[in-house]
Amino acid sequence: MPKVFRSLIWTGVAAFGALAVATIALRRGEAINAMWLVTAAVCAYALGYRFYSKFIAARVLVLDPLRATPAERLENGRDFLPTNKWVVFGHHFAAIAGPGPLIGPVLAAQFGYLPGTLWILAGAVFAGCVQDFVILLFSVRRDGKSLTEMAREEIGRVGGLVAYIAVISIIVILLGVAALIVVNALKNSPWGAFTIAMTIPIALLMGLYLRRIRPGKVLETSLIGFVLVMAAIVGGQWVSQHEPIAGWFTLTAPTLAVLIILYGFAASALPVWLLLAPRDYLSTFVKLGVIALLSVGILLVQPHLQMPALTRFIDGSGPVFAGNIFPFAFITIACGAISGFHSLISSGTTPKLIARETQTRMVGYGAMAAESLVAIMAMVAACVMQPGVYFAINSPAGIVGQQPEVATSTISSWGFGVTPADMSALAHAVGEQTLFNRTGGAPAFAVGMAQIFAHSLGGQTVMALWYHFAIMFEALFILTILDAGTRVGRFMVQDALGHIWKPLGRTSWYPSIVTTSALIVGAWGYFLWQGVRDPLGGINSLWPLFGIANQLLATVALCVATTIIVKMGRARYLAVTLVPLAWLVSVTFTASWHKVFDPNPRIGFLAHARQLAAEGGNGRLIFNDRLDAVVTCALIFLVVLILAESVMEWLRVLRGRKEARVCEAPFVTSRFAMEEHA
Amino acid sequence: MKRARQVMQLLWRVLREVFDESAYQRFLQRTAQGASRSSYQAFEREQAAARARRPRCC
Repeated sequence: MPKVFRSLIWTGVAAFGALAVATIALRRGEAINAMWLVTAAVCAYALGYRFYSKFIAARVLVLDPLRATPAERLENGRDFLPTNKWVVFGHHFAAIAGPGPLIGPVLAAQFGYLPGTLWILAGAVFAGCVQDFVILLFSVRRDGKSLTEMAREEIGRVGGLVAYIAVISIIVILLGVAALIVVNALKNSPWGAFTIAMTIPIALLMGLYLRRIRPGKVLETSLIGFVLVMAAIVGGQWVSQHEPIAGWFTLTAPTLAVLIILYGFAASALPVWLLLAPRDYLSTFVKLGVIALLSVGILLVQPHLQMPALTRFIDGSGPVFAGNIFPFAFITIACGAISGFHSLISSGTTPKLIARETQTRMVGYGAMAAESLVAIMAMVAACVMQPGVYFAINSPAGIVGQQPEVATSTISSWGFGVTPADMSALAHAVGEQTLFNRTGGAPAFAVGMAQIFAHSLGGQTVMALWYHFAIMFEALFILTILDAGTRVGRFMVQDALGHIWKPLGRTSWYPSIVTTSALIVGAWGYFLWQGVRDPLGGINSLWPLFGIANQLLATVALCVATTIIVKMGRARYLAVTLVPLAWLVSVTFTASWHKVFDPNPRIGFLAHARQLAAEGGNGRLIFNDRLDAVVTCALIFLVVLILAESVMEWLRVLRGRKEARVCEAPFVTSRFAMEEHA
Repeated sequence: MKRARQVMQLLWRVLREVFDESAYQRFLQRTAQGASRSSYQAFEREQAAARARRPRCC
């Protein structure tokens, strides 16, 4: 295509994107169409990919198509394997996309659709995609080494230790918060609880089918599992309408928490093939289906957003979680904008599959852009429902009151009209007894998604099925994260304990399996229990803690990336990773300060503990607040350590006191490039 | 039409990779075995360690 046409097309994309962003940012007092958000996102990602990622690839990282990747040099047909770039893209996207980009935007919607949307767009283009891209490339140049190994080699021993502790911490906090979301979605919901309970025998059945009847036919087995899950959703409606069966599955939050903790322990100790692998396949199948369906639903319905661009809660008084727009909007939305967890995937399986260095741009930057688009769709799902309904679902009883009349009256007094009759009708339409106080984001997302689908696929009559389909997806995926995460944590602890006493490091030695599983499950189980017992719903304290931990891991990843760029002699392009790093440091450190020391008891852990103590409150709640404060301070201390060590390393290299030497694998010419050239 | 077929084939390859069917085929080639219960169990054993160490993002 002639250059002039290309220029015209990209000018058109830029102009259209600018128009969409201006419409989102400047339109006030009338509902805007969700397609403006989607258009702004698609244009921003297209421009970011075409220009910014190309600049990074050419000038900063200097991608070399002649350099053989570890997939080529170390090919073993198992971990290391040169793979088609689209296949790697799909694999990487399936690994990074989970419920995170769906939940964060739903919670941040309490500020209105504008802050979250702008952060998702800017955060992804300038930070999240960049982090995933550079970490992937640096891992590729180091034989697929993990983030913790790169931190140790490039920054120093402290860097490696901090990265290791940060990874363990984020896994524990993530699992606790994720389990809390499931509990809040399934409490007093016989339909949801039945459906999720059924996924366990379905997964076991899939495991046996795969092993005994059709070995290796995973797609076929997953399809059968999916049909069975759909049957369980339909059956759940019958269960919810028939006593005493409905009573068996009507579970309180503490009961659900205990069941999930027991499940996590059992799943960690059971053979992988029996439960973990089939569930993983099933949840991936459902996840890809939900994302595809949501995209189709939004494109078909093109709904209008009912939530205003900005709500009164930008002042920090929000009922979903307390705190000002800065910094809390930026730690609430992690996975859709920048997520430290992605750096573990970018330095895990993916670098071992990359056939050519140049493909890291599409896989690293491109897959994150795709995930960010999913976050935009979640924002749409949260904002298409009436704001009064949104706040009734997401506000804890401790804020709006236990009784429907009191809750709706409180929410209406904020200017978001809603009545008990509205909520009752909606609960009836989605097959629930009540939708009040369903904190955690999952039920609100499910209601939004069900409303979109009800307008396009099946009408109001199947709204309850869509709602439970969305709940089932989120709960199923989170339970998969629980069992996979517990195992990953267990292996990491076993690796560490193996240095102290060899048998503890043996992953097949049962006493070690039981001990380390109990350690990890006990750690996240404690956070879960704390959230369940919290009168403010748990999400108010735990989601920000998770956001802080996740963004601190991103800080570690960007420290590693910046150090490597300095050592590569590309310091003039330092801003590419230094600016997002500086932003994340300011966001996470400010958020941590508020969460620990803010005098508002709804924000500061210590202020809340003092308030409880003054009121003669529960000693356990006071202890939990203080524990959360200590955990936050410990995370910040670790990141200060790695930051200090990184800055000293940069200064040593930049001042010429230390040789700028990166720990890359030696250069070997790619035979793919040679064949292509020949 | 040809383009659409290519896209569908690519999508199928992505799904087979994501769902480890391709990994099983490679395992069979590498170990010179045919598809069977025993070979799939051996493949699962090999996969187990890698899968258990693979983090899933939030």
